[in-house]
Amino acid sequence: ARALTPQTAETDAIRFLVGTQSLRYDNQIHIIDFDDENNIINKNVLLHQVGEIWHISTSPADKGVLATCYNKTSDSKVMTCAAVWRMPKELESGSHESPDDSSSNTQTLELLCHLDNTAHGNMACVMWEPMGDGKKIISLADNNILLWDLQESSAKAVLSSSAALEGKGQLKFTSGRWSPHHNCTQIATANDTTVRGWDTRSMRQIYCIENAHGQLVRDLDFNPNKQYYLASCGDDCKVKFWDTRNVTEPVKTLEEHSHWVWNVRYNHSHDQLILTGSSDSRVILSNMVSISSEPFGHMVDDDELSDQEEQHQEEKIKEPLQDSVIATYEEHEDSVYAVEWSSADPWLFASLSYDGRLVINRVPRALKYHILL
Amino acid sequence: PGRLRRWAAPGAEPARALRCHARARAVLRHYRHLPSFRAIEDESHAIMADLAQRLRARLRDDTLDPKELTECVEMLLQLEEPPEELCEEFLSHAGARLEAELAALEAELPPADPSSTAATPPPASDILDFVDRGSSAFVGNLCLLAASYRSLFEGRPGAGDGRLEAFAATLTTRYFELLERRLALERGLGDTSLLVRALDRFHRRLRALLELLPAAGAEAGAALVARAARERVDRYLRALQTFFLGCLGDVRQALAAPRPPGKEGPGLPDLLATLASSVLGQLKAVLAYVQLFTAKDVAFASLPYFKGEFCAEAVREGLVVAFVRWLCRTARGFADGPAERGAPAAPPALLLLLARLCLDYEATTVSYILTLTDEQFPPQDTGPAVTPGPALCAEARGAAQRLLDHYVQVQGAAVAQMLRKSVETRDWLGTVEPRNVRAVMKRVVEDITAIDVQVGQLFEEGVRRAQSSDSSRRAFSVYSSSRAPGRYAPSYTPSAPMDTHLLSNIQKLFSERIDIFSPVEFNKVSVLTGIIKISLKTLLECVRLRTLGRFGLQQVQVDGHYLQLYLWRFAADERVVQGLLDEVAASAAHRCLDPVPMEHSVVELICERG
Repeated sequence: ARALTPQTAETDAIRFLVGTQSLRYDNQIHIIDFDDENNIINKNVLLHQVGEIWHISTSPADKGVLATCYNKTSDSKVMTCAAVWRMPKELESGSHESPDDSSSNTQTLELLCHLDNTAHGNMACVMWEPMGDGKKIISLADNNILLWDLQESSAKAVLSSSAALEGKGQLKFTSGRWSPHHNCTQIATANDTTVRGWDTRSMRQIYCIENAHGQLVRDLDFNPNKQYYLASCGDDCKVKFWDTRNVTEPVKTLEEHSHWVWNVRYNHSHDQLILTGSSDSRVILSNMVSISSEPFGHMVDDDELSDQEEQHQEEKIKEPLQDSVIATYEEHEDSVYAVEWSSADPWLFASLSYDGRLVINRVPRALKYHILL
Repeated sequence: PGRLRRWAAPGAEPARALRCHARARAVLRHYRHLPSFRAIEDESHAIMADLAQRLRARLRDDTLDPKELTECVEMLLQLEEPPEELCEEFLSHAGARLEAELAALEAELPPADPSSTAATPPPASDILDFVDRGSSAFVGNLCLLAASYRSLFEGRPGAGDGRLEAFAATLTTRYFELLERRLALERGLGDTSLLVRALDRFHRRLRALLELLPAAGAEAGAALVARAARERVDRYLRALQTFFLGCLGDVRQALAAPRPPGKEGPGLPDLLATLASSVLGQLKAVLAYVQLFTAKDVAFASLPYFKGEFCAEAVREGLVVAFVRWLCRTARGFADGPAERGAPAAPPALLLLLARLCLDYEATTVSYILTLTDEQFPPQDTGPAVTPGPALCAEARGAAQRLLDHYVQVQGAAVAQMLRKSVETRDWLGTVEPRNVRAVMKRVVEDITAIDVQVGQLFEEGVRRAQSSDSSRRAFSVYSSSRAPGRYAPSYTPSAPMDTHLLSNIQKLFSERIDIFSPVEFNKVSVLTGIIKISLKTLLECVRLRTLGRFGLQQVQVDGHYLQLYLWRFAADERVVQGLLDEVAASAAHRCLDPVPMEHSVVELICERG
């Protein structure tokens, strides 16, 4: 299995959605409910028969809507397509039934619309506009960026604008991310070793980080609190942090993994916590304090110091915390392909590995209190 | 008077006149009240005044040499001229002469214009000459001057030593300044023995002067010598660094030079040996040069600076330790450098060479150099703290480790790239039944063999786990023996994909987890195992991203068996290779639409043929 996402619109219950990837059996989406107090996991299953799931993402506005990229095999051709679905109503807000009778609970997703990509190629991923009304999504197909408008309560998807990446050879986007800043008008994409930033209003490239990683760039994420900061990870086993205003040099480089890093994720509220998952079967939680929005820890003063990276020698100075690896999680036996923070509890995260194991973990309590206090 | 006049006339012997006058004066004074005597007295006074004037005028004459000057002044003193004035005159006159000498010295130096960056022409004479001239002319004269001053004005009021000392101090400062400027002109390393002799002469003469006038800048003089020595040592360090970089350039060129067919290129061990020996030889030569500064027959070697601080700080720390540290840093720079940014990366053979060099340094060379240094420059017990040998060894080892890790990464990435391209660009669904092993696999095996040979030149074999007897005949099965999904009842739970892996997970619990980038040890099998692990892991990941048809799976099967046939002998533990290839097969089977593996005998046949 490869596809994991938190239910973005859900801010009370902790839920994750996992998509399976199987060629032989019917594919499914599992809705995992994590009960915090009792440490119980509940699972509901939805059928997704159209094909194996490579990417899944949920709408930020409507709890029941999600989009998947899946493989459709026909004869000797494989196409990756994308579609928008709706969950059955009763499963939207979680259920706390006992896990025993999960075997008969398979229900189907209601197909809302396809994202037609016959003209564009294989879909790599689908991104929802963050903090939007769930009407706009962007999909990356081969070397095209497609912006869709969902109309008639998502029953129809209309292509509103698109951009194509010109260049030599077969350019293919590997992943992308929608920036939550600048009024949600910027996205970043990765193709081969380059990271590009685009403006969605004009569909033009804004910035370009060449040779971001020695080999393929696998994933990107934006810092939710700092406008211009972006993290990328790639096959050279490194995680790099960039300031998009100065793309020649990464602000910081992490080299904790020993094989390809597939995923990098900032914590939604405390951006010094970075989660990375790699094919060396490890999940690493790092504390990147020096480039976060609170390098001096939480300041409870009247004059709030906003992001300071220089050492301003004022009276109320605390020692800047050191960047460090907080913990390495080695519960997985196989490559970890996805890591995600929960959208409901900022201290909880899930990681998914190739063999289908989903592990839910928490930030160590000591650090949590240290950050909060 | 008549005689007096005769004697006092210009050109005659004023000395006799003086003596005569002196003798007569007493008598004249006694009989002053007699008018005839008075007239004689007046006349002789007039003559003597005239003489004094003439002498004074002579004083101002620049062509006087010091002896005549002294005589003049002596006579004037006898004539009872005021001593301060004479003192002033004497000093200024002598000063003028000395200044002239200094100016002559300065004339040899190009103008001290700090803003001119054009290359100044080398000085006309060498440093020894310069110092000679300076010492004999200036310092000698200054000594004479001081001596005569003392003898002349001793005990006279108003003409104390203070004035002399002030005068001497200004002049000596100027002298030092000129000398420093001249030293700064010493380009390159020239002849250290010459420099040492020059400094020695300077010091000796200075010592003579200082005995007379202790306040005339003893410390400044010693400091000057010390500074010159330190500067020279620093220059040697820089020269060593340039030399090393030059050697590295030669090595790189030798590695990159196109070889005519049929001729073997320079072996790595040879290159390493030449590099190490030339660097060591150069270092020893430099130490020998520097030792000239502390030789027994050199006067300033007995200065406390040279005995203590020079040995410990300047030579040991500033030269030897600094050089070793710099070497480690430069070597490390090849590993840490921004190779990903597209800059020309170091060839892998160079990385390997430097790793071995640093390792050798850690093992033997550092201690050898340090012992040598300590022998030649015995350290003081109370001197400043020096870097201990083990610290340097640790640095060298760190650099070696980093270089070797980087080598493994680079080579692994190269092989992995080949594998990745081969998987990504092939159409796995529509491929035909495999008839032979893919060419890329053969290339991979060739490359790894070449790497094996290259590493084997510099590093020893290392320990390998004893192979089981049937290792080369081990069946490469698509399904490992304990898994057979067909056995599952059709009524499994919908979360099927999770269960098929259950048994394989249990199996994994009992086998060791393979660490892809574990630190590499300094032997051949460890290096190769690292490279093989990286490549196979990449193959695994790439296979997992594709969807295979039946024949695609069979092709993977054939390729995997071929790899296993040839790669097991390179790895430290063949189970590692086996395990990774098993995973590749399992993932391929999982990604296959129609998994029907090929018969094992057919696989073997194809591999043997290929």
